[in-house]
Parts: sequence; C-alpha cells; structure tokens
Amino acid sequence: MAKKAETTSAKVKGSTGDAPRPRVRGAQAADLEQVIDIDARITGLRKREYWAEILRRYGGGRAQRFFLVAESGPRIEGYVVGDVRDWEFGSPPCGWVFGIAVRPDARQAGIATQLLEAICDGFRRHGVTKVRTLLARNNHLILSFFRSQGMMAAPFIALERDLD
Amino acid sequence: MRLQKNTQLALYSVLEFAAHPGRQFSAAEIAAKYRVSAHHLAKVLRTLGRARLVGAVRGVGGGYRFAGNAKRLTLMDVIELFEDIGAPPSAAPRGGRRSAAKSDSPAPAAPHEVEQALDVVLAEIDEIAKATFRSITLETMLKLIGRRRLGRI
Repeated sequence: MAKKAETTSAKVKGSTGDAPRPRVRGAQAADLEQVIDIDARITGLRKREYWAEILRRYGGGRAQRFFLVAESGPRIEGYVVGDVRDWEFGSPPCGWVFGIAVRPDARQAGIATQLLEAICDGFRRHGVTKVRTLLARNNHLILSFFRSQGMMAAPFIALERDLD
Repeated sequence: MRLQKNTQLALYSVLEFAAHPGRQFSAAEIAAKYRVSAHHLAKVLRTLGRARLVGAVRGVGGGYRFAGNAKRLTLMDVIELFEDIGAPPSAAPRGGRRSAAKSDSPAPAAPHEVEQALDVVLAEIDEIAKATFRSITLETMLKLIGRRRLGRI
C-alpha cells in the first residue's frame, strides 16, 4: 500500500523558498543507509539491525504498514513509519505513527508535514478516520510538530513500571 | 496546574497580538475585549515587554505590538513569566519529618507518607500539564481557535 502514498512534485507547502517539494514514496533497501544516518544524527545511535527489521516488516507496500521516505534527487530528507492497528488498546482500527524524522538541515520546509499527510492518506485508504502517536513528553520538537498538525491529547494514558 | 489571573491575561494578550502581528494595540483595547481592568492589564503588558514578547510603541496613540515569533513561542514561555514553575515537587521527606521506612508492609500510613505519595501523583499531573504547555506554540493555538470557530473541534 505504501506505493500509493507517493506524492508528485510541487513547491513545498509552508516553505518560504523555491525549493522543489520532495517526492514521498515507499522506502527501499537502497534508502536504508540514509535513513539510519538521519536517525543517528537525531538520536546519536546507529540502529542498523533495527532499521533493517523495520524495512522487512513495513517496507514493500505491506498491507496496513507504511515506511515512507521523502526524497530530493539522491538525498533522503526524512522518513515516516506507521501502521493501521485493529482494536489495540480497545480502540477501533486507527493509524499509528511511531517514527518520523527530517534531516536537521532540511527542516522548516514542510517536509514532515508532507510525510505525515502521505501516511495519513494511506491510513484513509484503509478506512480509518483517526491517527495517533505516542512520544516522550520531553520531546518538545516533535510534540510541537504534531500539535501544529492539529493533534490533541488522546483518551489514553501511557503507564510503565520497572521490572524488578 | 492552576493559572493565575495575570497568566491568563498574558496568554489572552499574546494571542491577540500574535493574531495581528503588524498591528498596534493599547492596553485599553485588549482590556475592553476581555472585560478586565486596563490598569491590571498594563502591568501584564509591561512584563511581556520586558521579556521582549511585545514592543512598546511610545507617544500619543502608543501601545504595544507583537515582537515574538508565533511559530516558536510556546504557551509555557509565557506562563513561566508569571508562574513560579520550578522543579516538580519532590517525593523526598518534608522538612522536620522522618523519612518513610522501606517496607511493603500494610501498616497504617503515617501522615507524611500520605502527603509524599500524594505529592508524587500531583507532580505527575504537573509534568503532563507542563509538557502540554511546552508543546503548543502561539501559531498552533491560533490554528486551534480557527478550527473551533469552524466547528471542527
């Protein structure tokens, strides 16, 4: 299904310059090195095996699963990962975004917005009408981004405890 | 987290300014809109001015104009100017009281143990509130107001 989430070129929504709008498409094996690099720049960790597993499970247009990248020429500018989950946490089927990132030097150009719109289009095609995400409350940058996209607190509370 | 009146006035004001970034407002105009004392609001605007969120326009017909960045400025940036928001309440023993014993026994809780446990819960609520305020920029608030006006929320 990820193949259908591709977008065509145009000016970047919300950008002030004339930069061409990146193309959003399904992730491929050849993208992985750049995806790992973007993630590592942000988190400080190179998670090679993790991303290989994400590509295996979410790449290739698998039903209800999305691993999309935004590409400008040879450069991957950002990625988004998510899926449609049925009846998890007692909720009717809805879309979940569990990973989104844009290269630090490509931010403020609407790329994350474009990625989120693309994955939401994919969710809509599966008939869901709600998108959710979960993130650390001290992750102000991404929290602010999702807020700017109109996302509000969900009727859930994340809980945890140490396993002794 | 309960916001004081001054904080609420500050939020009303910066949102009013941010909605009309090039426009100049007097304290009286905003005070009239929100039905508050202009004298009271002027004090709030002076604090916002000192924080460079608004700029004073002097002279006859003077007032204030927005000087912040609505895309970057969060509700928390404004709230922190008026509220004493420090570290979350500690679950450590309060002064002059003995610390809680390390035990899972069902012995009746001492008053300080109840207070400490309640502090933990209240701190949790506070942290969620702070994270919410930190994640919402003025621009996002203006969008929210717009969506509510259209009946989308």
